[in-house]
Amino acid sequence: MAQKSNWKRDITLLTVPLIFLIIFYLLPLAEIARVTISRFNLDEFGKAINWQVVFSALSFTFYQAILSTILTIGIGLPAAWLFGRFKFRGKNALRIASTLPFILPTVVVAAGFSALIGPRGWINIFLMQLMGLKDPPISILNSLSAILLAHVFYNTSIMIRVVGAALSQFDQRLEDAAQTLGASSWQAFLKVTLPNLLPSILSAVLLVFLFDFTSFGVVLMLGGPQFSTLEVEIYIQTVQFLNLPLAGILSLIQLFFTMLVTLALIRIGDSGFAVPIMPRMQEENMRSPRRVWEKAFAIGIIAILLLLLVSPVAALVFKSLLIEGSQGQEISIKYFLELFSNRRQSYFYVPPFQALLNSLRFALISSLVSLFLGMLLSYGLRVNSRFNRWVEWLIMFPLGTSAVTLGLGFFIFFFRGTGSARWYPWLIPMVHSLISLPFVLRVVQPVLRSIPANIHWAAATLGASPPSIFRRVDLPILWRSLMTAALYAFTISLGEFGATSFLSRPDLPTMPIAIFRYLGLPGSINYGQAMAMAVIILLVCVISMLSLDQLQYLSFRDKA
Amino acid sequence: MRKILFIGLLASLVLVSCKPEPAALTVMTHDPFAVSEDVIAQFESAHNVKVNFLLSGDAGSLVNRAILSKENPIADVLYGIDNTFLTRALEEKIFESYQSSSLENIPDHFELDPTYSVSPVDYGDVCINYDKSYFIETGLELPASLEDLTDPRYAGLLAVENPATSSPGLAFLLATIAEYGEENYLDYWKRLKDNEVVIVSDWETAYYTNFSGSAGQGSQPMVVSYGTSPAAEVIDAETEMDESPTASLVGDKMCYRQIEFVGILNGTQNRAIAEKFVDFMLDIPFQEDIPMNMFVFPVNELAELPEEFSLYIQIPENPAELPLGQISVNRDRWITAWRELMLQ
Repeated sequence: MAQKSNWKRDITLLTVPLIFLIIFYLLPLAEIARVTISRFNLDEFGKAINWQVVFSALSFTFYQAILSTILTIGIGLPAAWLFGRFKFRGKNALRIASTLPFILPTVVVAAGFSALIGPRGWINIFLMQLMGLKDPPISILNSLSAILLAHVFYNTSIMIRVVGAALSQFDQRLEDAAQTLGASSWQAFLKVTLPNLLPSILSAVLLVFLFDFTSFGVVLMLGGPQFSTLEVEIYIQTVQFLNLPLAGILSLIQLFFTMLVTLALIRIGDSGFAVPIMPRMQEENMRSPRRVWEKAFAIGIIAILLLLLVSPVAALVFKSLLIEGSQGQEISIKYFLELFSNRRQSYFYVPPFQALLNSLRFALISSLVSLFLGMLLSYGLRVNSRFNRWVEWLIMFPLGTSAVTLGLGFFIFFFRGTGSARWYPWLIPMVHSLISLPFVLRVVQPVLRSIPANIHWAAATLGASPPSIFRRVDLPILWRSLMTAALYAFTISLGEFGATSFLSRPDLPTMPIAIFRYLGLPGSINYGQAMAMAVIILLVCVISMLSLDQLQYLSFRDKA
Repeated sequence: MRKILFIGLLASLVLVSCKPEPAALTVMTHDPFAVSEDVIAQFESAHNVKVNFLLSGDAGSLVNRAILSKENPIADVLYGIDNTFLTRALEEKIFESYQSSSLENIPDHFELDPTYSVSPVDYGDVCINYDKSYFIETGLELPASLEDLTDPRYAGLLAVENPATSSPGLAFLLATIAEYGEENYLDYWKRLKDNEVVIVSDWETAYYTNFSGSAGQGSQPMVVSYGTSPAAEVIDAETEMDESPTASLVGDKMCYRQIEFVGILNGTQNRAIAEKFVDFMLDIPFQEDIPMNMFVFPVNELAELPEEFSLYIQIPENPAELPLGQISVNRDRWITAWRELMLQ
């Protein structure tokens, strides 16, 4: 490949992202290690570590993460196929709706689930009346099933977006060619389509697994205290016991295993062969389901998505509008109006619009930063060399690091003296970029690597300068995956709570922080306002996705 | 363009962090902290200072953050440390001693620290709240003691929080230790477990997902919450009501009293103004502002309570309390033993 001789350029490209990683990841973590060592001597170290706790947390973390990932693949892959291959009415709405869970804070999701399948949830009440039962038939809150259900709810959209995007970019003529050469459609899928999709599938599986493995809020709030993952245990040991040695060991173990899994998946992805994915027209690969089994498949998947992903969100919206009036329950926008009033003249009152602006500002900065760094990385890492594989691997680390550890590291490293209060909220978009960066890389890089070098050579031969090759060749091909990456960076930032809670200032709350504040107080108004605020996040997310979708199908041909 | 943005951002980060601070006081406190605008404005204009607040998680996380940053204190004053965490902070020597003249109107039994490292500001009780309509509809008697909760009639009716992740959960655990002693509290919890007590991780889940008396309409009619929650249910209701849908069980030693303190952080550059802020927190305007903002009671005897507090709140006559020294030595061990028993 022509790029091989260009290692100097690659190193230059990698400098900025690597400096970013050192300042915002390695140094804060090193500071935690330094403080831990300075506070405990070796003897105390040994005593502080309870291996029983470590082993039970580790085994449960693996158990639930593997189960959750398998379930998510089971639902996500067929759904990605549906979105990548078929046209149907309401497709865009369903795609947006299935991405919404991703941004919702866990407390709010818990409210949505319990409104539906809680002991006094609507589905249970309906079933009890239908079948004349005395006890609610569905009882899964505070159980392993609740954890699995919530993980599927949260992460299916990753499969749909990442694999679906690749599928829609896939050159279907390859499959047609295979069939012309005598392959059955099943053989063509197995031998042609699947190997081409493998890098994207593995990327998606990796991301889903990492999210399940490091899951915090879902396990804590929906699973209940009898379930403890590494992440939850790190939180408890840090925040409650200030047992930094044990928290440190747990963090290292979590990091070790997530990185092992990452390494394995990156290796498998690399061993696959990359067949060119050419830029396709919008919906070129799409058609309406025709055969009976296709229709049955489409209806089945749509029903599952509606039930698992859309109904809890719908329940939430409904709940935000339902108030206990003098004559029983009624529909009203009272909770939304209440958001705009400062009944107690509280010093910390922040108008919801201001919280919205804060969230949007942080999300915008962090998506720009992570896209910029992600592009530099993708280009710097184009060549599949040993060094580059190490860098690629290093970039995944923040995703395997506990949010509590990240927040704590930022806190210890950046907070020095009382002046910190003035600028530390600007760390929020930095920590969000750190978390989004692996996403951006996993989404953009497979596509970039698939661009055949001969297109570049042809363009160069025809006299195009490197910038204009980037603009005219690469950018149009990369555009859709860039927008997918931007969407994830944006939504990760909108919904992130764990690390943000360490860095948020009372006058600059993000929306999830504001929700948490409302839910910290008893009283139906506070509960209602939390629900209303969650619905506002949903709306913001829908609007951002609609505008990103517009950008995604921006036509380059007209401009060129 | 992105590059410029990014560099600009980094540059502004550096610039902003280097600028010298005008007269400002930084107060670190826990997330539930709230105060009226005009009360803070009074202090700011009287002393020509800007007060910045750092919300630092719950009480435990607040103390830990202060400890971890004690080499380079990030605030001048810390408010919100309670009697369950006080000793950890005192051992780490994060406070400078200050004896405010305003302490004279505060009953001595609130002043737990003889060295005046911290001063008491407010107190509140962690009590079991119950859903009134459930007990009226079923005709079930109210439990009158912690022991009653193990009665099969109350099987599966109580939601409590994990003391390892929740401050009211920890307070309730301490109440059971105060009642049954270190030898027998685990045995009590074993009986509670046999009686299908529901354990969740945090107050938000317990109150809004499990408790049937709240807006979340869960399935347990009893929950470990605060003694003042019933008043909040009336004050923060979307429709006016004459009485609270919930009430507290205030039987003998069923509630645990939490006292919250304020202290000046060791190494402050603003000692004079920090002292003024401590005085301010103990004086009438702030003390009278406390109840409606944070739903706890002021310690100053001269502070008047809002009407709702006398109407809807039951104050336990004999709340449980444990000596500070005993808590500090044993707290982590108690919680660990509890987790091993309850969560297996």
